[in-house]
Formats: sequence, structure tokens, C-alpha cells
Amino acid sequence: MIDAKDREIIEALQGGLPLVSSPYAKVAADLGLDEDDLLFRLADMKSRGVIRRIAAAPNHYKLGMTSNGMTVWDVEDRYVAALGAHIGALPFVTHCYERPRALPDWPYNLFAMVHGKDRDEVEEKRAQITAILGGACRAKDILYSTRILKKTGLRLKKKG
Amino acid sequence: MTLDETDREILNRMQDDLPLVSHPYAVIAEELGIPENELLDRLNRMKDKRIITRFGPFFDAAAMGGAFCLCAMAIPPEDFETVLTKVNEHPEVAHNYQRTHRLNMWFVLATETPEGIKATADAIEWEMGIEVLCFPKLQEFFIGFRVAA
Repeated sequence: MIDAKDREIIEALQGGLPLVSSPYAKVAADLGLDEDDLLFRLADMKSRGVIRRIAAAPNHYKLGMTSNGMTVWDVEDRYVAALGAHIGALPFVTHCYERPRALPDWPYNLFAMVHGKDRDEVEEKRAQITAILGGACRAKDILYSTRILKKTGLRLKKKG
Repeated sequence: MTLDETDREILNRMQDDLPLVSHPYAVIAEELGIPENELLDRLNRMKDKRIITRFGPFFDAAAMGGAFCLCAMAIPPEDFETVLTKVNEHPEVAHNYQRTHRLNMWFVLATETPEGIKATADAIEWEMGIEVLCFPKLQEFFIGFRVAA
């Protein structure tokens, strides 16, 4: 949970951390806080998991990873935990989740995101996942992304 | 813009957690063996050129008492742009991708309360007259999300 001050800090940082030598001093000044107080609160939010990490989000497309496939699998429920852990540990899988099916249209319960320089590379990686899942997988598909339509991250609504 | 070796090293390092100290860029610059102002110049350039889409804290909506949810819609191709504009107007839509499937729009909702997911999905469904399928995560197997530059 977050209090009002945390919330102000999140609002100030959701657009990003300033790329200047003393970024926290700058943000603290804007918020009327001491830099030490800001750093303390950020460390506290990190220890509680409110902040996962402070890092760069790269644009995969501009890095030449132009093919992005959301591979989806219908895996028998009793095997999904063990197989999901295995698939999630593959170096080329960036996200891996178990999600509910939406029957009858959507039989898939395991989602693994795979990136590559082209679709051939993605298909080659997908074949490795197919081999690992073996007989526990009853159906599969892949959804390539053709366009980023929005990418802003979390936005808190202004309160009051 | 083409990336040189130094840019790539910076990108790889910056995808990992930055230390919570007064001068974080100075710490990274020293690790990489370059001056701090060069690191900042290169980061600013990569951000301007959209090679870095965002730099800063990654917040977890769930840990703040909120929620994330992946959602999908099957939009008739001729209506796609119109629906896109309206869906993206919702501030709860954090990411949105067009994909090759009958379910051709996939977006992530990030809301401040768990109830906000259903409320927003319902609002979009009502506004568009198109079903919004929700795929909340049941288990997460990896959250690395790191790509070699």
C-alpha cells in the first residue's frame, strides 16, 4: 500500500527518472522534499515490491529484434506449473505466464513471449518450446505483433 | 541511428537495476569505464531516438493495491483505427499491441484497484460494442524482460 507522499513521488516519476547527474535531488526539489527523504521512501517502496527495479525499457524493434511472437499453448493443467517454470527459464523467453482459458474461442493457458531478428528465428525458438512441452501440449498458436499501439506504463490518475 | 559497442554495453547494463544513490549515473559510468557526462549524453540521445522507450522506476500496480490484466478484442479490420483511438484514450491502457489473430488487439490494463480492471474492461466493451476478453495472470514464471542489445 502507498500513502499520499508515496503517491506524489510515483506521479513525479512515472514519466521517468531525469537523465541528469543528481536526478533524485532534482525530483526532490520539485516535490519540496529532502533528497535523503526521497531516497529513503524509494528504498522502502522497493523493499515492499511497489518498485520492481529502476531501469531502462528498450525498444525491441529499434534493436533489430523486429519479430515478436506471443506463443500460446494449451497445456494440461496438472503439468502447467512444472512446464511453465521450464519454459520461463529459457533465455529467449522474456515473459511467461499461466492465464485462464476463454473457451470455446481460446483454449490456451500458457503464454510465452519470444523475440527474434526475424520470424524464422522466432519459429526456431518456438520449435524448442514445442519439443519441451511434448505430449502435455494439446494445441498451440503464435500471435506476431505487427504494431505497437501504445506503451506508456502505469499512469496514476490525478487525485483531487 | 546506429549503436556502437559503448551504446550496447550501456543498454545492457541499464536494463538491470540502478543503485538508489544520489549519483546513480556516476556509479554506472565508473562500472563501464566512461565519464558520467558521456553516459548521460548517450542515454539522452538513445531516449530522443526512442531506442530507450522509458527510463526510470518500474512500478508494480499489484503491490500498490491495484492490478494488471492482459485483455484482447477481435476488431473488424475496417474499424481498427477508430476503435484503437478510443481504446487508447483510456489512461488505464498501459500497453497495446496489434497482433496477427482474429483477436487482433491485445492490451494491458493497469488500475489502482482490482475492481478497476473489470470496470475499465466493461466500459470499453460497452463503448465499442465488442467483447473484451480478460486474461489475468494466474502464475508468473519469469519477469526478467531483458534483451541483449
